[in-house]
Amino acid sequence: MSFLVLEKVSKGYFTNGSHAPVLTDIDLRIEQGEFVAIAGYSGAGKTTLISLIAGLLEPDSGRILFQGRKISGPGPDRGVVFQNYSLLPWLTVHENILLAVDQVFRKWPKARRRAHTERYIELVHLTEAASKRPGELSGGMRQRVALARALAMEPGILLLDEPLSALDALTRATLQDEIERICSEERRTIVLITNDVDEGILLADRLIPLTAGPGATLGPSITVDIPRPRDRKAINHDPRYRKIRREVIEFLLASRRRGEEMKLGEGDLPAGRAAS
Amino acid sequence: MSQRRFPLDSILLPAAGAGSVIVLWTILSATPGSTLPSPLETWNASKLYILEPFEKRGELDQGILRFTWYSLVLVAKGYVLAILLGMPLGFLLGLSKLFAKSFDPIIQVLRPVSPLAWLPLGLVLFQKSEPSAIFTIAICAMWPTVLNTAVGVRSIPQDYLNVARVLKLSRWKTLIKVLLPATLPYMFTGFRLSLGIAWLVIVAAEMLTGAPGVGGFLWQEYNSLIYEHIILCILTIGIVGFVLDRVMSLIESRFKTV
Repeated sequence: MSFLVLEKVSKGYFTNGSHAPVLTDIDLRIEQGEFVAIAGYSGAGKTTLISLIAGLLEPDSGRILFQGRKISGPGPDRGVVFQNYSLLPWLTVHENILLAVDQVFRKWPKARRRAHTERYIELVHLTEAASKRPGELSGGMRQRVALARALAMEPGILLLDEPLSALDALTRATLQDEIERICSEERRTIVLITNDVDEGILLADRLIPLTAGPGATLGPSITVDIPRPRDRKAINHDPRYRKIRREVIEFLLASRRRGEEMKLGEGDLPAGRAAS
Repeated sequence: MSQRRFPLDSILLPAAGAGSVIVLWTILSATPGSTLPSPLETWNASKLYILEPFEKRGELDQGILRFTWYSLVLVAKGYVLAILLGMPLGFLLGLSKLFAKSFDPIIQVLRPVSPLAWLPLGLVLFQKSEPSAIFTIAICAMWPTVLNTAVGVRSIPQDYLNVARVLKLSRWKTLIKVLLPATLPYMFTGFRLSLGIAWLVIVAAEMLTGAPGVGGFLWQEYNSLIYEHIILCILTIGIVGFVLDRVMSLIESRFKTV
């Protein structure tokens, strides 16, 4: 039995009385210690997928098993880093992380919980900013806090929902390197959702494309057989990197063409225009 | 057109505004047949109360700030009760759709009822003037706190609630650590509006119960035909209300920036 299993998972939303499918027949198996990236278009249902694994949403059909047990609601055994940081703005960096640590390690003495919190602030290089509130931090720093909070909970699996997509390119690259460093320091099971194929290849053991919606599903899993630690400059010239990149992008483009043909088939556009 | 800036315009312009009102007041009081006391008459009749604001010469003859203090104490009691009732009620309305559906209509019906209507009911219920005044202040002043708290609770971003869910915070911890701080800015808007109403109600309550205070003094001076003191009371009530509102918005803005 794999660490995390999704079997024929489907999820849709009801809007104006009609059912709009978002995800259909998602099958996914992730082993312990694996880093899996799921790459797809914006709006394809990536956040829905991570919310299902986190237990914030329930699937319409199919089942999700984590460590052999069916997921029933959210819990700290699955640490989530949300796209928009989700820090509590009235708490300092230290307090935001401590809130999670206090909750997960309730039996520890207070001093140990503090030390644990400080260790993770250190890990993301935020010791200087520990007593600041999220409003005083840049987007990149906030995302580090969110990452530190999720890591400090020592969850069985780490779910990263486009954690870097709101950041500028330079900050993004720095944080990618940092995630790569943290991953090699502490081996964790991680699911990364991203709209950036390069980010997926740089960080993950496996890369799985998510087809364009509606009714998105996972494409073939592609193993990233590039040894770690991976260097972002060197990787650009690696023929394996280019091959994986081409494969995934071509798959995603083809899936979008199919999606558009499906929409045209429904008669959204007049036939004459559709041809041009 | 460029905006012209006067020197010291934050002092000179309000002074000019107040000056023009005093001029209008003087003209109105000088028209034949007018019973309105002129500004000068008002000052002459009131200066004893203003210059010795804490003096107590008799039960019904005290300095204006002493009367104000009595009123403020009564307002404080009613206001605290209003907040203690309004906050939990607002939370229930914001958190539970069932509760909101059940009680929103009755709240909308009770909200516009005037303090003049509540006070006799208070007198019937409590028999004494002070508790019925406190009851009236509380029941009239709590609505802004109730409604703003409810709006605040409903507009908590889903992200914060997700944090609470992922961490599996208990209900109590979710309330203390997430709901309460996230709602605080809205609640303070409610607190400020509630205080304004509480101060509005005090005058009516004191008039009807005869309790000592600015409102009681106003009514008594009306009955004693000393019309200058009515104006003194009106100005005092206005200034105190203004100061209370300023103080509350200062506190409010501190919470907003957090």
